[in-house]
Amino acid sequence: MLQNKTNVSSDVEELVWERLSLIPDPEVPVITIVELGVVRDVQWDGKLLRIVITPTYTGCPAMNLFVAEIQAAMHEQGFDNLEIKTVFSPAWTTDWLSTEAKEKLRQYGIAPPVQNASDDPFAPPPVVPCPRCGAEHTTLVSQFGATACKSLYTCNVCQEPFEYFKHF
Amino acid sequence: MDTQQALFHYLLRLGDTNLILGHRLSEMCSRGPMLEEDIALTNMALDHIGQAETLLQFAAEVEGKGRSEDDLSYLRAETDFHNLLLVEQPNTDFAYVIARQFLVDVYQCLLYQKLQESNHEVLAGMAKRFLKECTYHLRHSSAWVERLGQGTEESHRRIQQAFHDLWGYTPEIFSAKPYETVLAAANIAPEAQDLEMDWTVQVLRVLSGASLHKPAEKAAEIPSGHTAHLGHLLAEMQYLPRTYPGATW
Repeated sequence: MLQNKTNVSSDVEELVWERLSLIPDPEVPVITIVELGVVRDVQWDGKLLRIVITPTYTGCPAMNLFVAEIQAAMHEQGFDNLEIKTVFSPAWTTDWLSTEAKEKLRQYGIAPPVQNASDDPFAPPPVVPCPRCGAEHTTLVSQFGATACKSLYTCNVCQEPFEYFKHF
Repeated sequence: MDTQQALFHYLLRLGDTNLILGHRLSEMCSRGPMLEEDIALTNMALDHIGQAETLLQFAAEVEGKGRSEDDLSYLRAETDFHNLLLVEQPNTDFAYVIARQFLVDVYQCLLYQKLQESNHEVLAGMAKRFLKECTYHLRHSSAWVERLGQGTEESHRRIQQAFHDLWGYTPEIFSAKPYETVLAAANIAPEAQDLEMDWTVQVLRVLSGASLHKPAEKAAEIPSGHTAHLGHLLAEMQYLPRTYPGATW
C-alpha cells in the first residue's frame, strides 16, 4: 500500500515537473524557470501539492510573476490545494544553470555566467567573452542592466553591445 | 535579553539599514547623471529594498506579534528605527551618493561574508544571497570612487568633501550593541566591531588608489537617536500608508 502510494506520488510529481518546465523566465524567455533553478522541490501527498521555490535576486520583481505563473499552471492542471513555499537556503546560484541552458542564453545573444568566477567581493570582476564573436576583449559599460540579473558590455572586436547574465 | 529578542533587534538593524538606504537611492530615480547610472542606482535600490523585505519579514516572524514587514516599515516611529546613521544622510550631490554607498558596501560585504558562516541556517542562507548582490554594488561604487577621485579637479574635490563630511558617521557602524554580544556568544552573528579593521583596510586601499586621502578622525555630533534627516525621509516614505490606513491596490 505504502509502495503504491509512493509510485502514484512520484508519477504526479513528474507530471508537475514537466508542466513547470514549460514556464519561461519572463525576462529571458529562452530558458524556463526549472532551468533557471528557481523550482527546488515538488511534493504530492495525495491531497496537497507543495512546490518549493527560491528567489534569485531578493528584490527581483519577476519573483511575484513566477508565483502567479506557477499558480495558474497548476490550477489549469486541476491542483486546487496548492502551497508555494519560499526557501532561502541553499542560496540560488547561476552554477545551477546547465551547460545546455547557458548555450541557449549565448545563442540568444546574452553572455552566460562565467564559470568559476571568484566569490571574493574584493576581487576584480571576471573577463566576459562576447556571445557573438567569442572575443575576450570586452568592456563593462554598466554593472547594472535592464534586469537585476544582467550587466551591460560592449565587444571591442565586433563592436556589438551585449548583455551579460551575471555570475551569482 | 534572550536570543529571540536579540535576533529581533539585530534583524531590525540590518533590515532598517537596507530599507533606508534603498529609499535614499530610490530618490535618485530619474536624477542620475546619465541613463546607465540612473538604472544602476535604482537597481541597487531594488536590491536593498528586497533585502529589507526579507529581513523585516523574518523580524516580524521572530517577534511573533502578528506584525508584517509592511507594518514594521510604515508604521514605526523614527525612534524605533535601528538603521546606520550613515544611510539616512541625504543625497547632497552625486559624490555623496557614491561615497555613502561605497562605505556601506564595504561594510555589508564583510558583514555578510561572516554572517554566511552563522549557525542559524536561515540567516546564513540570506547572507550568502545578499553577499552576491553587494559584491556588484561594491564593484560599482569602487569604480566610481576611483573615477571621481582621478577625474577632474572638481570631481576630486567633491568626492573628497563627501568622504570628509560622511566619515564622522562611520564609527557608529562598529559601535558595540548588547544584542550583538548575545548573538555572537551563540555563534549566530558576528560583532560589528570585529569587522572594523578589515573595513578600514579595504576602504583605505580604494581611497589611496583614487588619489584620495583618509579623512581626519572626527566623530559627527550625533544627537541621541537619529540625525534630523530620518524624520523627513520617513514623512515621505510613510505618507501613503499613514494617510490611507490599510490601503491596497
